Amino acid sequence: MRAFSYERPASPTAAAASAGARPGAKFIAGGTNLLDLMKLEVETPTHLVDINRLGLDTTEPTAEGGLRIGAMVPNADLAADPRIRQGYAVLARALLSGASGQLRNKATTGGNLLQRTRCVYFYDTAKPCNKRMPGSGCSAMQGYNRMHAVLGTSEQCIATHPSDMAVAMRLLDASVETVASNGIKRVIPMAGFHRLPGNTPHIETELQAGEMITAVTLPPPLPGKHIYRKVRDRASYAFALISVAAIVDVANGRIRSARLAFGGLAHQPWRVTAAEAALAGANAGEAAANAAADVVLSGARGFGHNDFKIPLLRRTLRAVLTET
Amino acid sequence: MTHDDDRPEAPDAWHLTRRAHLHHAAALATGCVGALAAAHQPGPPASPVRVPAAETPPTLMKLQFRVNGKPQTLMVDTRTTLLDALRENLAMKGSKKGCDHGQCGACTVLVEGRRINACLTLAVMHDGQSVITIEGLSAGDQLHPMQAAFLKHDGFQCGYCTPGQICSSVGMLAEARMGMPSHVTADLQAAPGNTAVLSDEEIRERMSGNLCRCSAYPNIVAAIRDVAGARA
Repeated sequence: MRAFSYERPASPTAAAASAGARPGAKFIAGGTNLLDLMKLEVETPTHLVDINRLGLDTTEPTAEGGLRIGAMVPNADLAADPRIRQGYAVLARALLSGASGQLRNKATTGGNLLQRTRCVYFYDTAKPCNKRMPGSGCSAMQGYNRMHAVLGTSEQCIATHPSDMAVAMRLLDASVETVASNGIKRVIPMAGFHRLPGNTPHIETELQAGEMITAVTLPPPLPGKHIYRKVRDRASYAFALISVAAIVDVANGRIRSARLAFGGLAHQPWRVTAAEAALAGANAGEAAANAAADVVLSGARGFGHNDFKIPLLRRTLRAVLTET
Repeated sequence: MTHDDDRPEAPDAWHLTRRAHLHHAAALATGCVGALAAAHQPGPPASPVRVPAAETPPTLMKLQFRVNGKPQTLMVDTRTTLLDALRENLAMKGSKKGCDHGQCGACTVLVEGRRINACLTLAVMHDGQSVITIEGLSAGDQLHPMQAAFLKHDGFQCGYCTPGQICSSVGMLAEARMGMPSHVTADLQAAPGNTAVLSDEEIRERMSGNLCRCSAYPNIVAAIRDVAGARA
């Protein structure tokens, strides 16, 4: 691990100002992904701004009937929050399907959104990787790409976003609240928070240098059945091959409304509103699932080892929609 | 004997390694180029790519915390993980270093009562906090019930993962007593606050962050079930 200086600022604004003033600075929240990467020197911050004691660890109701989740609320606490379990079960399920008990105790709401990909070539500093070292090439394209993306890829990067929580947040149309290094606050909808790789796979979110996540806000709860179906190589403590987050409102066998978001498919939590529109008014069942899968998978492209994700997504979506 | 003075206390008592010095000097040489490039970069969003800024020399910081109830004061390099502070600075070798990347759980300790991977957190982040390790679970010669249950049920073979397994299971039972759900909990709406019922499936899921290469899992589950049942 490279050496770094460390500070514990007094407020979120001070934290952002400090991080913005130092080019090599990074925030540290739970640290469960950052320290992992720092040990491998994939991440090499020269200064760490510890944001653990800034009072960003509570969840409060909003005037609109939703919830404002502090950026430092641990994943375990959020999943156990009675308001999340009752109104946002898909979020609780997504959180509980990720990582281990120890990691969920430490990992935070804001930090989870900023997880880096688990692409093996991103982690291997001896291999080319456009995300780690822009312009060096993509080793996964012709390499071992079983975990990689089939949608929204570019010639520069086929990495996936690893988070389960982010998929549920995207489904729920959550918003990310931030404070910039100049003290200005803004709200970034989840729909526009994570970027596609394009020609700049090293830039993963819309956050500016020194900009800090302070909270994630949920709109009021949605009616319908909340489902998070994660398909992975072992039953627990593994990243998704693919995952489907769904809120489906069915009455008398007919779908009144449906929302779908997917993990393991792309560089960002994936959502296709046209597929949701295709489901509205349809009879819940295989035909509707196939029609929705056609829309979601339009333009999907495998890279060899990950070809299986395309039929797997179709089958998983079918399972989810027949579960409703 | 205390271990408080194991490490040099004054910044001038340590030395830059040759490698770090070379890095530092090279970074200084390129620092102005980096600053120019940054000034001409087209605004947002931020690139996380390595910035050719001057490297930071090793930094020592004072850390005061309680380990197994005893106050400890250390001077640590900021890079020191909680696990290394326990093992190297305080010579408490009960917490084990398995993978050092949060994948095996051998380093599990309780911080402020919560189980975490000590390898994936910095010691300086725990200033003022309370840490319980495997060495602190027993009351003198009186084993913690979980330690006794692991002996009774033969919940180990080589024993390397055992301190982490025991600390993790103690933390896990506390979570269950608070009614925290898991991935296999069928009903999320069950009144929170009620103790989660710990079936074998629940125990296995909640303990999935602790690997055992000897595969003593059936006996580990039996030990935890024994303690969980006794408290239910």
